[in-house]
Amino acid sequence: MKAPKQPHFKMHLLRATSIARRYMVTNGFDGALTILGMVTGFFISGMTDLEVALSACMGATIALFISGISSAYLSEKAEREKELHGLEQALVTDLKQSDYGQASRYLPVLVALVNGFSPFVLSLLILMPLFFADSLYAWSMNPFLSSIAVALMCIFVLGVFLGKISQTFWLWSGLKTLVIAVITVAIILFFGRTF
Amino acid sequence: MATIRRLVLDVLKPHQPSAIVFASTLADFSADYWVSLDVTEMDEKTETTVITIEGDDIRFEELAAAIERMGGSIHSIDEVEVTGSEQG
Repeated sequence: MKAPKQPHFKMHLLRATSIARRYMVTNGFDGALTILGMVTGFFISGMTDLEVALSACMGATIALFISGISSAYLSEKAEREKELHGLEQALVTDLKQSDYGQASRYLPVLVALVNGFSPFVLSLLILMPLFFADSLYAWSMNPFLSSIAVALMCIFVLGVFLGKISQTFWLWSGLKTLVIAVITVAIILFFGRTF
Repeated sequence: MATIRRLVLDVLKPHQPSAIVFASTLADFSADYWVSLDVTEMDEKTETTVITIEGDDIRFEELAAAIERMGGSIHSIDEVEVTGSEQG
């Protein structure tokens, strides 16, 4: 007879989805603000060498990706192992072959991938205007300003996503994150002009 | 070979999966399985349960593997009812 479907593994997956969603927003926001800060810095310094700006931003993007993957994997793995060990002690049994054991092995990988790719993808989106700078110059558009606009848009969308999760008014939630980004830009502009 | 008609198992399980999911998973192994799960004791991380399974031909190994997969641990087989078949 065929074994029945295992809804309890889905339960672990659902739990991981909620953790991954949290990581996605947290690290995505982190990544977007970092790149926004860098691009704003390059803009106010009057940087014209796009290759230098792109290299620096890509360096930060890759670092965010690696940091996101490794930090989430290590912390999530440690948490899962602690939880599994506690449960094994309570049940006085080995749970390595159980759904709990499988979850403690596979779910940290899933969460780590989300945590790594979230800032990576957002950073690449924000850097798109720098990649296509030649086309933007043809339209008399500043690639740095376009990049800042894309970053603000991404951060607004993250806020909207948060609003959808918390089932609050999406526009208000989006505006809240947008205000944080605008304040960040304002502080960078202030210090950029001071020094 | 004798066939198992009724089993009463003393099982220690984690809080998740819930009693409903736990019992349903066992019942889903066969259309003629009838499963009853009583939670007799509740701890911080575990539940002590008594699981009664009735059916025409209960496959114990299959059920034991499913219980272990869900994180449960069979402490004892408290009751068993079997019917014999004539040896040819």
